[in-house]
Amino acid sequence: MTLPAANAPLSPAETAALRAVAGRMIPAAPDLGMPGADDAAVFADIVASLDRDAAGVRQALAQLDALAGGRFADLDAARQDEAAARLRAAHAAAAAVLVAVVVRCYYRDDRVMRALGMEARPPFPRGFEVRPGDFSLLDPVRARGPVYRPAP
Amino acid sequence: MRQPAADVLIIGAGAAGAALAWSLAETRMRIVCLEQGDWVRPDAFPSNGRDWEARQFGDFSISPNRRGLRADYPVAEDDSPIKVANFNGVGGGTILYAGHFPRLHPSDFRVRSLDGVADDWPIDYAALAPYFALNDRMMGIAGLAGDPAYPPKEAVLPPLPLGATGELFGRAMNRLGWHWWPADAAMATREHDGRAACINLGHCIAGCAQGAKASTDITYWPLAIRQRVALRTRCRVARITTRADGMASGAVYYDADGNEQFQAAEIVILACNGVGTPRLLLNSAAPAHPDGLANASGLVGRNLMFHPYAMIRGYFDAPLDGHRGPHIVAWSQQFYETDRARGFVRGFTYQFGRGQGPVATAMTGMGAGLIPWGAGHHAAYRRLFDRSAGMLAICEDLPEPHNTVTLDPDLTDAHGIPAPRIRYRLSENSARMLDFAVARGREILAAAGARDVIAEAPLAHAGWHLMGTARMGTDPASSVVNPWGRCHDVKNLFIADGSLFVTSGGVNPTATIQALALYVADNIKRRLANLFD
Repeated sequence: MTLPAANAPLSPAETAALRAVAGRMIPAAPDLGMPGADDAAVFADIVASLDRDAAGVRQALAQLDALAGGRFADLDAARQDEAAARLRAAHAAAAAVLVAVVVRCYYRDDRVMRALGMEARPPFPRGFEVRPGDFSLLDPVRARGPVYRPAP
Repeated sequence: MRQPAADVLIIGAGAAGAALAWSLAETRMRIVCLEQGDWVRPDAFPSNGRDWEARQFGDFSISPNRRGLRADYPVAEDDSPIKVANFNGVGGGTILYAGHFPRLHPSDFRVRSLDGVADDWPIDYAALAPYFALNDRMMGIAGLAGDPAYPPKEAVLPPLPLGATGELFGRAMNRLGWHWWPADAAMATREHDGRAACINLGHCIAGCAQGAKASTDITYWPLAIRQRVALRTRCRVARITTRADGMASGAVYYDADGNEQFQAAEIVILACNGVGTPRLLLNSAAPAHPDGLANASGLVGRNLMFHPYAMIRGYFDAPLDGHRGPHIVAWSQQFYETDRARGFVRGFTYQFGRGQGPVATAMTGMGAGLIPWGAGHHAAYRRLFDRSAGMLAICEDLPEPHNTVTLDPDLTDAHGIPAPRIRYRLSENSARMLDFAVARGREILAAAGARDVIAEAPLAHAGWHLMGTARMGTDPASSVVNPWGRCHDVKNLFIADGSLFVTSGGVNPTATIQALALYVADNIKRRLANLFD
């Protein structure tokens, strides 16, 4: 059997499984204005951004199928949740890879940013405001005097 | 192919190599620096894009094994619970550091005398004090004068903003009666020497798109190059060569096109960090020195020290600074000096930090079980986002000869040069210190009003600080270099990086690495007439 190269595109079956698991991980919440992680735009970003985790995702999806006793994507929602829970319990590192590739893209989607009260922009060039704070809080620290140890 | 001979060859263009090059430039000697990585353009830093958090796990990962870029060499580290973090390029580790800039303390140079463990340094705080001060000015260090944890020292630039996070921890520490102080930080809090002021991008650890963080590509290097230091990038040194009389003759390296070159030099200085330097010395073995160059003591690559880290983070009801502002904010050295009643010797610094970006919030919260998969995800996420703050405890690591950098027998880099292999065990003293740090950290977070607290120790991917693998000393039998950086065995070969550290202290090492580099450079300049005697 020839394994796919680490950077080869996911197969249709793998893509279906990843989309299904993304949707169970972060479902849509229309009342909050939040798409699901299986939303078309979010999921396209996820698939295009697997990068150094492509091989790890493949392995995790294979483990998920094994735990599901078949194709994870074909299960009903309750059985998908059950298989995903077993993956987290038995293969925490594999589950963490799936979490990483999903949240890295989900939490940069414009709709998600806005729903969280963030501006949909990168940090540079506008930056952010941080208030200086109250430096008089240091008065008691000053009052206690030096705490370093003299050395011979 | 032979390059025109240089007077001085510096290997590595990071924190130490840049300071060396700048300091030596005034001699008008012909100085060449070889750097295996490249310049990093400011518009390439992650903060420019919407994928700013994701790239911290990709091309701007702190792990060379994860990045796997052309500039990187692999590190065999399965035998270590702490994994190497570095960056290979002009600026070296300063490109990806958070910018903490504490110095070692006077007591750190006298560990044997004060606590009966490890060894004293052959130099003391007073010897480095002028170089600490010079380096703070050259790098443009922000801070607040008067920290009771240090002898008096100058503050070059105004301190970082405390923000909501600094105030939160300040009040908690005051309740406990414990030391805290705004962190010395390598950030231009106002315009400084052509660097723009910090605008609180908050992602300092993946490179500063604003150019406010003091990485040496924008501090020392422009000044050194203006004084005609030749910096050649994408040039990876394979080995140091020697003459029949045992002196170093130069270095064999691979240029940007992969061609083997030879650079002759009268003086060779290694500034490749605590892993790269022993790797190069060991790979320079020859019939005259079969165990590696400058290794008659057998100590090259031994006594590797990291700083074992503990992470303690809490979540609060009210919003805090989140990902806005430099992550670092203040520190505590309440537990820095030895108190044997704690069950360990030496101590640690707490580094208080602001919150996390939206991606990191999810990864941390889901990893800790605070954010579930499924229907409860969004409500749980909102309880954490923008509401976290925490600390890292950076623990002093004592030198132990069984913690080593050697050459891996199988793994090589893209040029066929053997990769470094790390063997490291966490000591009982470090394990006790980590436990203590987590326990006191929980108390601090409780005093600050945190509702959920998570902790992890030791942090695996936190081997930023690489020290001790070519230690300095007066006795050639128990050290690799003399008290001013010259190898005992090879009198025109110098080392000026974290390898020199006799002990690690419980603080980030960059300020001390650079002060040492300036000190070594000054010694070279003062002794030029009889440098090799």
